Amino acid sequence: MNSTQGHLWEVFVQSKAGQPHKHVGSVHAADHEMALQNARDVYARRNEGVSLWVVRATNIIASAPTDADAFFEPANDKIYRHPTFYVVPEGVKHL
Amino acid sequence: MSQSISEHLFEYCLRLGDTSLVLGHRLSEWCGHGPLLEEDIALTNIALDHIGQATSLLHYAGQLEQKGRDEDNLAYFREVGEFRNALLSEQPNGDFACTMLRQFFIDAFNFHLYNLLKESQDATLSAIAIKSHKEITYHLRHSSEWVVRLGQGTEESKRRLESAFAELWMYTGELFEMTETDENLIQAGIAFSLNEVQTKWRQSVEDTFKRAGLALPNYQDWMASGSRKGIHTEYLGYLLAEMQVLARANPDAKW
Repeated sequence: MNSTQGHLWEVFVQSKAGQPHKHVGSVHAADHEMALQNARDVYARRNEGVSLWVVRATNIIASAPTDADAFFEPANDKIYRHPTFYVVPEGVKHL
Repeated sequence: MSQSISEHLFEYCLRLGDTSLVLGHRLSEWCGHGPLLEEDIALTNIALDHIGQATSLLHYAGQLEQKGRDEDNLAYFREVGEFRNALLSEQPNGDFACTMLRQFFIDAFNFHLYNLLKESQDATLSAIAIKSHKEITYHLRHSSEWVVRLGQGTEESKRRLESAFAELWMYTGELFEMTETDENLIQAGIAFSLNEVQTKWRQSVEDTFKRAGLALPNYQDWMASGSRKGIHTEYLGYLLAEMQVLARANPDAKW
């Protein structure tokens, strides 16, 4: 524990069944049960969701800003990777 | 002359509603003072649940009374001696351990009582209980987990929890006192025996205390009493003065 506030936890909320959990922010807590309760009170008290995930911030592996060129730059000029050259079949809703 | 069922039910709704109102007000005093941001939000969130329960119960009490008093009128324009909230609910916040232990004792009581009240023959009371029990389930989870963590935390947190216990324990016995009101409502299938609630409450207390590493309480200890008759500790008057001053200074104001 690195402060009197406890560990940092990242919070993900699922707005309704079937939807992906989305990152909404973070909370401090000493352990996972309290992290879940804090996430409920901070991010889900106004009917925002039906499911919560909390993950210790230190367990998230992030790409470094210095990786940006190698990771993301090559995607800039490859428009053919977007599936926009296809005709979407009728009746397909979630694409 | 003996009282009618609706007079007893009025009394009963005041008892439940006033306990929620006073405890909700106490928790709201933490607003901006919580030990950490997340807990500050949790405490005020729970305070709002209690105020919501009080609103429903006092609204219903006003209807039963048939004297034209609504929930605001009952909350803001009664005197100390007319309040029926449990003595435990009016005790000062003290430190965070004291607030959490007070909350745990009442949450565990509410959890078992409202679970029974869901089956009340009175449709309104049953509906209020069904809605409230979901909130109370969360309250109990929150406060019991904190009691465990304070007990198992540091030497200081355990010492604070133990001194909170020494302050508060004597106010728990009164929660289970039954009067003529209880007898009549139990007979009508509207309320339930508090002996049954007490057995379950003790089990919850013992389970949580064991997890927290606390000594189990002695049920033979002397217990304070009085709120069923409107006799309160010195703290309720100050609380009501603060809670009621705005409504009394500006009667009929809307906000």
